[in-house]
Amino acid sequence: MNFPILSSITFLPLIGALFVFLTRGENDEKNKGAIYVSVFTTLVNFFISLFLWFSFDNKTSNFQFVEEINWISGFIKFKFGIDGISILFIILTTFITPICIISCINSVKTRLKEFLIAILVLETFMIGVFCSLDLVIFYLFFEAGLIPMFLIIGIWGGPRKVYSAFKFFLFTLLGSVLMLVAIITIYWITGTTDVTKILQTGIPPEFQYLLWLAFFSSFAVKMPMWPVHTWLPDAHVEAPTPGSVILAAILLKMGGYGFLRFSVGLFPIASEYFTPLIFALSIIAIIYTSLVALMQDDMKKLIAYSSIAHMGFVTLGIFTFNKQGIEGSIIQMFSHGLISAALFLSIGVLYDRTHSRMIKSYGGLVHILPKYSFLFMVFALGTLGLPGTSGFVGEFLVLIGAFKVNFLVAILASIGVILAAAYILWLYKKVIFGKLENVQLQKIKDVNFSEGIMLGVLCFTVLLFGFYPEVLTETIKVSVDNLINNYKTEIAKTIIFK
Amino acid sequence: MEYAVLFLPLIGAILGFFLKYFGDIFSQIFTTLLVCITALLSFIIFYNGVFNETYGNYLIYEWITSGNFIVNWSINIDPLSSIMLVVVSFISALVHIYSIGYMDHDPNKARFMSYLSLFTFSMLALVVSDNFLQLFFGWEGVGLCSYLLIGFWYKKETANKAAIKAFIVNRVGDFGFAIGIFLIFVFFGTVNYSEVFQLVPEFSQKEIIFLGFNINLITLICVFLFIGAMGKSAQFLLHTWLPDAMEGPTPVSALIHAATMVTAGVFLVVRCSPLFEYSNFALAFVTVIGMITAIFAASVAIVQNDIKKIIAYSTCSQLGYMFFAAGVGAYHVAMFHLFTHAFFKALLFLGSGSVIHSLNDEQDIRNMGGIWRQMPFTWFAMIIGTLALTGFPFLSGYYSKDAIIEFAYLNGSNLGYFASSIGIITAFLTAIYSWRLIFMTFHGKFKNKNLSKTEIKDSSLTILFPLIILALCSVSSGFLFKDFLIGNNYENFWRDSLLIIKSFDHSQIPNWLLYTTPVLVTLSIPLSYYIYIKNNIYLEKIKTNYKPIYNFLLNKWYFDELYDYVFVNPIKKIGLFFWKSGDIKTIDKFGPDGVSKIIKIISKKTVKFQSGYIYDYAFVMLIALSLLLTFFIFYK
Repeated sequence: MNFPILSSITFLPLIGALFVFLTRGENDEKNKGAIYVSVFTTLVNFFISLFLWFSFDNKTSNFQFVEEINWISGFIKFKFGIDGISILFIILTTFITPICIISCINSVKTRLKEFLIAILVLETFMIGVFCSLDLVIFYLFFEAGLIPMFLIIGIWGGPRKVYSAFKFFLFTLLGSVLMLVAIITIYWITGTTDVTKILQTGIPPEFQYLLWLAFFSSFAVKMPMWPVHTWLPDAHVEAPTPGSVILAAILLKMGGYGFLRFSVGLFPIASEYFTPLIFALSIIAIIYTSLVALMQDDMKKLIAYSSIAHMGFVTLGIFTFNKQGIEGSIIQMFSHGLISAALFLSIGVLYDRTHSRMIKSYGGLVHILPKYSFLFMVFALGTLGLPGTSGFVGEFLVLIGAFKVNFLVAILASIGVILAAAYILWLYKKVIFGKLENVQLQKIKDVNFSEGIMLGVLCFTVLLFGFYPEVLTETIKVSVDNLINNYKTEIAKTIIFK
Repeated sequence: MEYAVLFLPLIGAILGFFLKYFGDIFSQIFTTLLVCITALLSFIIFYNGVFNETYGNYLIYEWITSGNFIVNWSINIDPLSSIMLVVVSFISALVHIYSIGYMDHDPNKARFMSYLSLFTFSMLALVVSDNFLQLFFGWEGVGLCSYLLIGFWYKKETANKAAIKAFIVNRVGDFGFAIGIFLIFVFFGTVNYSEVFQLVPEFSQKEIIFLGFNINLITLICVFLFIGAMGKSAQFLLHTWLPDAMEGPTPVSALIHAATMVTAGVFLVVRCSPLFEYSNFALAFVTVIGMITAIFAASVAIVQNDIKKIIAYSTCSQLGYMFFAAGVGAYHVAMFHLFTHAFFKALLFLGSGSVIHSLNDEQDIRNMGGIWRQMPFTWFAMIIGTLALTGFPFLSGYYSKDAIIEFAYLNGSNLGYFASSIGIITAFLTAIYSWRLIFMTFHGKFKNKNLSKTEIKDSSLTILFPLIILALCSVSSGFLFKDFLIGNNYENFWRDSLLIIKSFDHSQIPNWLLYTTPVLVTLSIPLSYYIYIKNNIYLEKIKTNYKPIYNFLLNKWYFDELYDYVFVNPIKKIGLFFWKSGDIKTIDKFGPDGVSKIIKIISKKTVKFQSGYIYDYAFVMLIALSLLLTFFIFYK
């Protein structure tokens, strides 16, 4: 067996968290030490995952770097492995987490050490989700991620933190319970929880529909899809900046990843059957939440609603079952991970200075914060999907994929693109342009060194993947092909049966 | 060299911005120099293309590949793109020079120059694309630069609003354009021009079911592409952003909203001539929209009082001309008008900018007048621009505009005759409003209260130099390029870059048609002099007698109010409704909040059961027992 590289990147943050836990000393000293340790750990993790990406073979759709350890003998195996789809999510996670930790320097004022531990533990769980090849292990990581996030919102959140934390927890738990039942059922049917084995044997069509719905209820809440989206704006508004960043950039992607890996992979027949439902919900999500975003007066809520609309494109793309649609939705998730993280960080920059998230308390910032205005502009353009930003590539591919399947759906979804331009430019205008009227604002300073680095790096990646998305498509190409082929053969089989 | 043409402006935009730390003058000179080199190289490319046939396609690298969706970044040099290269880079270079003088009081010179260069880059990327997606990149890129430049003076609330309006109205157009691209990809399997155009004849009869209607595929594609063109070129229904866009600095209006960006729509239609030629309906649609825009914008221009808005509506109207030229199948004539229009319209804008600059940012022509002696160069340049615009014989506009009217007539259809007559009427209206502008601005009494007449001086050399060059071009470009671009042997130049199936027979033009427009245009000069300078009473009489019509025109046919009423306000209301009634009052009320409330109520009720009294528990047991008994009695 080779060096267990997947386990190392998964559990390295946990070890880091242990060291953070051990930091002692005066308050300042302790905080500094904790920050150094966590930045170091997560950066090392990022470089290992980059190494993983380079040594990844994108010619094969088989799972790579597979690790297998018996946990409960004969029942649950601890099985890790990645393919072209999961590796991108791992990179995204290990890339966003260090940025998050750097943002803690400015955004988290109390109990910094504990906060860092929560983030590091969360990173372990998130990477675990994307590596797991066993349903039970997947479920454990998927659910465990709730706990640190619940604490992050509930302890470091804003005035309505308890309400939001519970709303977040209840919504997610509701779906997860059903998913647990489904996983047990799958074990009962196939005798295993090993994903690769289930993929080979397949699940009988008559069971697929209910199982699909059970998984769907969990992923739809995570995505979040309309109408189970209302926890997201509240959670975002109350969460501290790094919490929002992780939530938007990575936690939401677990839903999309779940759809790709499990709903489409394990239940192709049910997926095909429920496609109209997904299309309808995606379209509603895109248009409905874009309209709602247009009317928000809280910046974080606006971005949260725009996230829901963008995730609508993702679900739409996945269920087109063609190459452009699925590749587009993966790129869309990746790019949304970067852009939404950047937007929440940008709002965090303002919040740290003035402690207000209301749009009306700003205006005319360009006079005093030119660098900030420039960076914010790039991210705003990414949100509205301007060609040359990563947002465009994903959205455009999804729309092409959707257009192949259904004209009406694609046209309705395209309306979302117009609305996106409206709400984000309106936000930008109100916050950045105009006269500087609020006296409080006159004293605030432009982005400092650490903020500059975070936003600069994100800005660079947004543009890089906009002009050269090939890096991403090369990695996912074969895996997506394989996914689509599996799907098509399964569908073909049922037609023969009939 | 081809790569340099595209990337020099980009380098200028990026480095030019950072050069401001050494001093604004460095970034001004740097960006201007690079764009001038670009212009020079464009001329060389154009020259080499015409005489040495060095047309070709230069790959930069692959942009997106996803399955069979393959798109490249590339530079495609053919007659159409090479002539656009010349227009764009030449005007851009002049505007860069002009901006050095015009923006001398502005604190953000480097940013302005950098935006201008970025715009030039996007526009060139649009022009030299060999596929629809890179075109779309440039298309949105110029839209972004236009947004940034309209809102350049971000302290002005109106400028910000205008910028957003421009972007969003353009987005509506882009929405159509994108759907056009989707259709092309889904049915042709490629977005590369040459591959698509090769396949067109095969698909020319294909009907598809689109949203329940049976429609010819090519027609559908063309109509959607044209919606994109309508947005960018400010055609009727999607024109509302262009007049508002005049909030931006004047060099921007000259470069973006007159000479280059707004003509991108025309360029698109001409570029897609191999598609449009196969759809009579789409061509008729283009003609009709072009006609309506031409006459509508001209009618509004007559009563406007803002010097830049008049020219903006004039631009709108001239773009209408180009579109109906394309619609009747005379793509080369549309391009010719685009070519000449770029010079004289940029001249008019830059000239008006010179006036505005000298009058301390006064834009209302009612507050001008009688200043021609004070600004002789500007006055002379404006006169030349106006003569060229109105189509005064032997200036550039004469050749291109009359050609449009002739070709519309030669189309031979009823629509063609109609378009031709609309063209003549619009030409007359154009002459009236243009001379009104000249007379109100430069002649008559001096009406400005904030400035004394002696304070007014002509502008500096950096402003006047571009004016002189453009004036020369406005005079000569029609005469010099007429035979070359629209003469009998036009195919020698255009080759296969545009497709014209219909042949036009020049011998059929009646003589009266040839003379009508020049005569009308010439007559309009004394006429408007009489109305606007000699005898104002008639004008006042008309204004009071036809108050409703006057107001209708003054308020631009009430389009802004209509759109606010039909689109903007309802959308806001729906958004609010979804948020308050949908999310908060329905989903949350019955979802999480409702569930938690019910659980609270139930738990409150169940708490009561645990009273601790034996008789309570006994009572519950009794009821349960009786229920069980009933159940067994009835079901066993």
